[in-house]
Amino acid sequence: MFCEKAMELVRELHRAPEGQLPAFNEDGLRQVLEEMKALYEQNQSDVNEVKSGGQSDLIPTIKFRHCSLLRNRRCTVAYLYDRLLRIRALRWEYGSILPNALRFHMSAEEMEWFNHYKKSLATYMRSLGGDGGLDITQDMKPPKSLYIEKAECIKDCKGSAKTMGADLKDLSLDKEGII
Amino acid sequence: MSEAYFRVESGALGPEENFLSLDDILMSHEKLPVRTETPMPRLGAFFLERSGGAETDHTIPQGSKLELPLWLAKGLFDHKRRILSVDLPKIYQQGWRTVFSADANVVDLHKLGPHFYGFGSQLLHFDSPENADISQSLLQTFIGRFRRIMDSSQNTYNEDTSALVARLDEMERGLFQTGQKGLNDFQCWEKGQASQITASNLVQNYKKRKFTDMED
Repeated sequence: MFCEKAMELVRELHRAPEGQLPAFNEDGLRQVLEEMKALYEQNQSDVNEVKSGGQSDLIPTIKFRHCSLLRNRRCTVAYLYDRLLRIRALRWEYGSILPNALRFHMSAEEMEWFNHYKKSLATYMRSLGGDGGLDITQDMKPPKSLYIEKAECIKDCKGSAKTMGADLKDLSLDKEGII
Repeated sequence: MSEAYFRVESGALGPEENFLSLDDILMSHEKLPVRTETPMPRLGAFFLERSGGAETDHTIPQGSKLELPLWLAKGLFDHKRRILSVDLPKIYQQGWRTVFSADANVVDLHKLGPHFYGFGSQLLHFDSPENADISQSLLQTFIGRFRRIMDSSQNTYNEDTSALVARLDEMERGLFQTGQKGLNDFQCWEKGQASQITASNLVQNYKKRKFTDMED
């Protein structure tokens, strides 16, 4: 049956415990593409036969090969896409410098994608929160404590205010406090 | 489990599979019995017992009974059944449906086809006259088993769960895992570990592997 190699690629990824990135299976991918090329050429020639000789009983065969081509494509695209999802997760969990062991598992194109993603993320983070930018890859869980360390009062809000959880006692200008 | 890795979920329980879902690709690899309604030349290499030799152009004759993967059956099927017609696998037929309705909990759904619900849902595409009964059976089977899955996933903490999940199909295992994660997170919070900084699972796994790399 066709598409066995493509299924191997998918199984390889599915087996890797959630999120881990196995080595890029360049050889496997090449074999799938070769199978697709062979299927396509066989179909080309059969289609020409049908067109010239009118031998219409080849049509189910052509459809069979076409389904296999679509299946190979689906497996390959899903394989590559899932790897990108894992690589993206690496930026968030590992940081922007990856250990060598991981880098060897990525293809050149995937490395390039990772660099582009890093850059986009960095540009976005720089655009947040005023001058210094904001590193959103830190502190990804919501705060556990009800209070934050320091809040500086930048605007004079004479007197005090009451909010749901806490009373804001003193909101005069430039006073620091725990809220 | 990596928290930043969001894989493409299965769509098999809905109207259509998700193109990019690895789970759905694996599910649709499972086979079902079909019958060819027309001869299929030049494909004999795949079904040696059924096809003719070189004289017939390696044709699979009309009326052959084959086992094809779901993706292929879906691709070749049309409502006029010009290329093939699809038979129901045994576990979705009346006999097994009766077994499920008697007691859904005792059945080993993993052995019967690890994607029982997903595959069964996608089977409905083939316009069998039994579709209504099949969908009812899928639903009632799940309803019968759900309570036990939920209970066991919420009450097994830090134990070996292999006996509990052995007879669950893939979808049920996913459900069990989600329940376990919820339980573990809750226990973590109760112990006050939620505010401790821990290395992410991903990082820990890679650190472990580095050791074995050095040994090679």
